[in-house]
Amino acid sequence: MANASYLRTEDAPLLPPPVSDTGIAGWMRRHVLSTMNDFSSPGAGIRSVLMGLLTLLLLYYGLSALWGIIDFAFIKAVWSDPEGLKRGVCTTAEQGGVATGEVGACWPYVQAKVKLFIYGRYPESELWRPNLIFALLAAGLGWIIIDKAPGRRFIALLMLSVFPLAALILLTGGHAGLSRTGMVIMAVSGVVLTLAGHLGLRGVLGEILLAFGGGVRLLGLLFLIIAAVMFFMSIDYGLEKVPTDFWGGLLVTLVVALTGIVASLPLGIVLALGRRSSLPLFRVLSITFIEFWRGVPLISVLFMSSVMLPLFLPEGTDFDKLLRALIGVALFSSAYMAENIRGGLQAIPKGQYEGASALGLSYNQSMRMIILPQALKIVIPGIVNTFISLFKDTTLVLIIGLFDLLGMVQSSFTDPSWATPVTSATGYLVCAVTFWVFCFSMSRYSVHLEKKLHTGHKR
Amino acid sequence: MQEDTVRQQSIINKLLYNSTWRGWLFQALVLLGLLGFFSWIIYNTVSNLQRLDKKSGFDFLSQRAGFEILDSPGVRLMDYAPGVSTYLDVFWVGAINTITVAILGIIAATLLGFLIGVMRLSRNRIFSAVATVYVEIFRNIPLLLQLFFWYFFALRAVPELRERWSLFGGLGGINKSGLYLPAPVFEQGFGYVALAFVLGVAGCWLYARFATARQFATGRRPPTLPVYLLLLIGIPLVVFLVQGSPLSWELPVFKEDGPILRRGYQADAGMVLKPEFIGLWLALSLYTASFIAEIVRAGILAVPHGQTEASQALGLSGGMAQRLIIIPQALRVIVPPLTSQFLNLTKNSSLAVAIAYPDIVSVFAGTALNQIGQEIEMIFMMMMLYLILSLLTSLFMNWFNARIRLVER
Repeated sequence: MANASYLRTEDAPLLPPPVSDTGIAGWMRRHVLSTMNDFSSPGAGIRSVLMGLLTLLLLYYGLSALWGIIDFAFIKAVWSDPEGLKRGVCTTAEQGGVATGEVGACWPYVQAKVKLFIYGRYPESELWRPNLIFALLAAGLGWIIIDKAPGRRFIALLMLSVFPLAALILLTGGHAGLSRTGMVIMAVSGVVLTLAGHLGLRGVLGEILLAFGGGVRLLGLLFLIIAAVMFFMSIDYGLEKVPTDFWGGLLVTLVVALTGIVASLPLGIVLALGRRSSLPLFRVLSITFIEFWRGVPLISVLFMSSVMLPLFLPEGTDFDKLLRALIGVALFSSAYMAENIRGGLQAIPKGQYEGASALGLSYNQSMRMIILPQALKIVIPGIVNTFISLFKDTTLVLIIGLFDLLGMVQSSFTDPSWATPVTSATGYLVCAVTFWVFCFSMSRYSVHLEKKLHTGHKR
Repeated sequence: MQEDTVRQQSIINKLLYNSTWRGWLFQALVLLGLLGFFSWIIYNTVSNLQRLDKKSGFDFLSQRAGFEILDSPGVRLMDYAPGVSTYLDVFWVGAINTITVAILGIIAATLLGFLIGVMRLSRNRIFSAVATVYVEIFRNIPLLLQLFFWYFFALRAVPELRERWSLFGGLGGINKSGLYLPAPVFEQGFGYVALAFVLGVAGCWLYARFATARQFATGRRPPTLPVYLLLLIGIPLVVFLVQGSPLSWELPVFKEDGPILRRGYQADAGMVLKPEFIGLWLALSLYTASFIAEIVRAGILAVPHGQTEASQALGLSGGMAQRLIIIPQALRVIVPPLTSQFLNLTKNSSLAVAIAYPDIVSVFAGTALNQIGQEIEMIFMMMMLYLILSLLTSLFMNWFNARIRLVER
């Protein structure tokens, strides 16, 4: 047996893979040429030839577009302006400048305007404030995004509660001239209501409060939160006051988009629950609200909030343009948010609702503890997608005279010291790349979440 | 006495603990709150209007409007003329312009979107790569930025007013004042051609039903394509020739000599598409197409592979399998989200205001509002227009969806 010479003692050497399947040629053969090598009948032949021509055409136009962008952004670009010539450095001799040959992107212009693009006209000495907020935002979001970071839930809660308040105080400086009496009334009634609700739930204060204690307590907590916000807003932190007219650029884009999404969450949940409620009034109201806002364009909402809102409020209430836009955006996006969340509510199996009632939970309890946690988890990718479209839509605020990133870029074209034939292309390129990076990474994240949350149905 | 308290208690008890009663109690409270809120708003509005000494009501609609509106479909259809037309005409001009750009945008976006969506699924990697890049670029950049790019940058690359790029061997051309094309002029008797065509369409429909019935009865489908061609093209063509070719083209006129200010395209000849219209239409179509492409791709992928295999097993050819098996099933998945894209496109057409294409927002809630100053009425009218458009689109698409829906037993 051992000396059976006909048995192999070692593996046969591996044959090299067929040449036609490896490398670029193999890839081309498998993925490109295989769609155009069928000449078995006249029809198939014509089809193959057409396919080949189209492929060549697409390849040509695709590569030339790509080359055009590279050529513009890097090869022909002007990179620096050491002599401070401003527009001269990006224009040719005929146009009154010093550049030789055709000019691509004018990067010195972007360098000169980058602060304007990010902060608007926010005072130079106070730039650390928006910077701090950007840093906090990046750190918080980074923490939430990493799957295995400890305490993600806690950080998320902080980002939804403390962070907006901190950002508000840092950005404005906190000098809100709020009436002290109003604050005291809010705080006292908040405490009273919370206590009443709490004691009422134990049956100390009679039938009515026993039945409605939960609602009363909720109202009390809401009052307390408002009082706390008012309190923190009126403390003097020694920060210089920066009115919203000075905000601009990416800062406004982020403020509008984030406020829109954070404010629309609670409102969206209420509307979604209302739309699925068994009580006809709530259902009709929610449907009307949602369908109205979804039926009109955001521009008309912004128009409405900037011209009509002041008419609706008592004489003398005059509040700033940014806040008006924020209210419009929040109402608008809450309708979309509500539809998202409704999708999640509908995806929860009926057994969960029945199970909750079988355990004897009230409507509030079953929603809070059983249904919403599951439903909200399902709709996170949808919320991210809503956020992406809201983020893109914030550009529309420039129509009512606020300067977001696009508005700042657009308005910088009017600066005569940088007026060159390539300024607008450079500006649009910067703006497009910024938005693209934000939106594309968010959409990748949403795809990742969808995959991660898609548990239990996988086979 | 005692019975009374028991009864009273039971009513309170019911209000507190019976879920039906409790529901009504809550609803009544919310209704009261809402009524209070709205009467507060109405009170504020009325007193603000009085203080600002503003008029209210819809009388302004019959006033004459004195401003120019850019040459556009609405202006042509309504015969708008400053100083003669009323503000109601302004409303309709804006509405027609919005509807025009929305319909043309929907058509272009759907065609392009289907093309790109199918390309993304192609086995040819070059096709799918180009389609992927297209989708990822166009849907991740704000529409307004794309609109600015087309209008302020790309369309500025065309020649100045006194020059042109010739198209179709000089029949048309493009420069900064717009794209000029020959305009069709319908002469006496063209109505018969149109009538023949409409009858042809009806005939095709009837013939298709007949052919299907024959196919079910005998197993063979009578030839359809020649009949369709005859009905749709042949007969109208004969009528056209019999009527003595009642269609001519009015060519745009481009003057290269004469006084310098008169050179270039002449205003009253040919058909012109203004840069504002082209920019808006391009931006809307290209942006929405990227979303439609994703919907189409998802719809086609949603058809299980077994369906393709089964259709091959039944001996259907590739084209027939696509047409009879795959596409009808994919459409069921595609149509509902497609509807919302159509609605989005219609609403996004309001971005016209940024480049001053005279749509409803720009011309009615913009220029007219600045002159009249009755915000409430005018913004209300604008919002109603959008709501009605949304409603009509949804109704049509719901009808279409119901037609193609899976018929379940």
